[in-house]
Amino acid sequence: MNTSVSVKDLTLKFGAVTVLDKLNLDIKDGEFLVLLGSSGCGKSTLLNCIAGLLEPTDGQIFIKDKNVTWEEPKDRGIGMVFQSYALYPQMSVEKNLSFGLRIAGMDKAEIDKRVARASEILQIGPLLQRKPAALSGGQRQRVAIGRALVRDVDVFLFDEPLSNLDAKLRSELRVEIKRLHQNLKNTMIYVTHDQIEALTLADRIAIMRSGLIQQLDDPMTIYNEPNNLYVAGFIGSPAMNFFKGEITSADGRPAFVTNGVTFMLDGYRAKNPLQPGTKAVLGLRPEHISVDGPETVNTHQAVVEIEEPMGADNLIWLKHAGQSMSVRIGGNRRYRPGAQVKLAYDMSLASLFDAESELRI
Amino acid sequence: MADQATLNTVAAAADASRGSLSGPRGNRPRPLFSTRNIVLYGTLTLAAIYYLVPLYVMVVTSLKSMPEIRMGNIFSPPVEITFEPWVKAWAQACTGLNCDGLSRGFGNSIRITIPSVIISILIASINGYALANWRFKGMETFFTVLVIGAFIPYQVMIYPIVIVLREIGIYGTLSGLIVVHTIFGMPILTLLFRNYFASLPEELFKAARVDGAGFWNIYFRIMLPMSLPIFVVAMIIQITGIWNDFLFGVVFTRPEYYPMTVQLNNIVNSVQGVKEYNVNMAATILTGLVPLIVYFVSGKLFVRGIAAGAVKG
Ligand SMILES: Nc1ncnc2c1ncn2[C@@H]1O[C@H](COP(=O)(O)OP(=O)(O)O)[C@@H](O)[C@H]1O
Ligand SMILES: [Mg+2]
Repeated sequence: MNTSVSVKDLTLKFGAVTVLDKLNLDIKDGEFLVLLGSSGCGKSTLLNCIAGLLEPTDGQIFIKDKNVTWEEPKDRGIGMVFQSYALYPQMSVEKNLSFGLRIAGMDKAEIDKRVARASEILQIGPLLQRKPAALSGGQRQRVAIGRALVRDVDVFLFDEPLSNLDAKLRSELRVEIKRLHQNLKNTMIYVTHDQIEALTLADRIAIMRSGLIQQLDDPMTIYNEPNNLYVAGFIGSPAMNFFKGEITSADGRPAFVTNGVTFMLDGYRAKNPLQPGTKAVLGLRPEHISVDGPETVNTHQAVVEIEEPMGADNLIWLKHAGQSMSVRIGGNRRYRPGAQVKLAYDMSLASLFDAESELRI
Repeated sequence: MADQATLNTVAAAADASRGSLSGPRGNRPRPLFSTRNIVLYGTLTLAAIYYLVPLYVMVVTSLKSMPEIRMGNIFSPPVEITFEPWVKAWAQACTGLNCDGLSRGFGNSIRITIPSVIISILIASINGYALANWRFKGMETFFTVLVIGAFIPYQVMIYPIVIVLREIGIYGTLSGLIVVHTIFGMPILTLLFRNYFASLPEELFKAARVDGAGFWNIYFRIMLPMSLPIFVVAMIIQITGIWNDFLFGVVFTRPEYYPMTVQLNNIVNSVQGVKEYNVNMAATILTGLVPLIVYFVSGKLFVRGIAAGAVKG
């Protein structure tokens, strides 16, 4: 597949502050790429650079193999959707949709055709004559998407488009954006700090931290095989349980010791050979631990501290190996505080990180 | 249902017996003559009287004939209302050079104020928009100069400006005075507009750029329609400021172009003949009428504009 957007050695400084430092990113044609990271890590800055709304300090940006680093936003073949919707308040929905086309001097018939098509796709036909103030949040964001749609662009840029909506609307519009991508097959770059949005929408996720891409992979790889400690802790809710300890061997098989508790590492797919004596961090997701299941090589006893029933599942907090850990079990399995439970782990789904470099072993 | 109703009645009865129904409930009543109210309304009334009494005296005096003024108390209402002083102030009062009253000054003030207000607001709003939304070389310097400009006492600049205007050849003309008003209004108006535009959501500007709008399209089609309140504020500041100006009017124009304020001064301070208090009062009210009307018509918008500029973060 061809690359659609390509960012090369992009550097951006605000005065003395370096927000992006030599960032490289290739996005395939028709791909849905999500930039995920906590607030202030530079996601919007990167998106604004791609859009041409910020001039990079150094580096290049290619869209459809054309160097657009010095091009105006309108000449880049992009459409952008903002968190605050950014609809022109004094214009009706129809005028909002057609604004860019009227500026470009397109003829009336073609404008009407495109507005009609966009409003059909987004189901905003009945709203065309209203002012933005008379729309709900979800409707406003649809109009904002429509404004990108009518311009018939190659690349859609979304900057946290759902963050101002309430939870129910957010999940509805999320599905709609996914459907839109499946129908249009445009390249989409989507910025969010919400990992559920990222995991559900993305073909690939780029996890960003302080202007650096920590990992760029498909959602399942990010979830199952996080590159480093930061990604492992960032993805997954409730968060992964971490144990600090050391790699050893027991009975000639690799194992991990923390606070006197030994975890056999049978089944763990190590990237590099496991060196006994290495200081390491073991990561176990709450949903990958079984409670009172069949015995395995790793069966530990623990005591329930707190129970958090969440309907579909039940989160229990346990004291184990000298620290607190959470385990996710079915919603109908209840445990009282103080109950003794047997824990078992699927080591093929565990993660092991070097304590010093914080990279996956 | 019936059971539920009975239950409620029973519960209410139980509450009442415990005294919880007769206790404080809803809005707390406030005494009319509390210390707080007396101080509050007392201060407001005093302030209102302080500002209204002079106006009252002026109106009353302007409607009396001279003999009545000489005899009576300045606070007493006119016995015989006469509009003679008003007609005289407008059309016949002498200003030293000629005797056609304030009408000439009114015409001059209109011819000075309208172009000055329009030109200064137009330029300042574009400046403010450029400073708030676009980055260009030297914008920091430009901004610093403006801020400093807003704080320099303008007496300092009068003589240099006289020389500059003389060199250009517009000293003493109406256009010269219009240029001066435009320049002196620039710093404060530009800051006003810059702050307002900077308070509008930045994403709106970005969306317009992605849509392909350039500098002027964004200004006229996006920013202007959203900025009515701040234009009203600027208009009020400029109309009253320029209409009430005296110093520039004296310094930068010749007598035939004197604005109304300068003519008012000449009428009131004219040394020939007796002092006609009723004509002076009428002339003063006439001169103040334009700013007064502007305030009455747009007071609401003025307050709203100021509030919008202050609150929007
Ligand atoms: N105009 C600016 N001037 C200075 N610093 C900025 C500016 N815009 C953003 N920043 C800084 O750049 C960093 C990244 O911002 P941003 O890209 O908006 O983060 P986010 O990932 O939340 O979208 C933040 O630390 C922010 O403070
Ligand atoms: Mg952001």
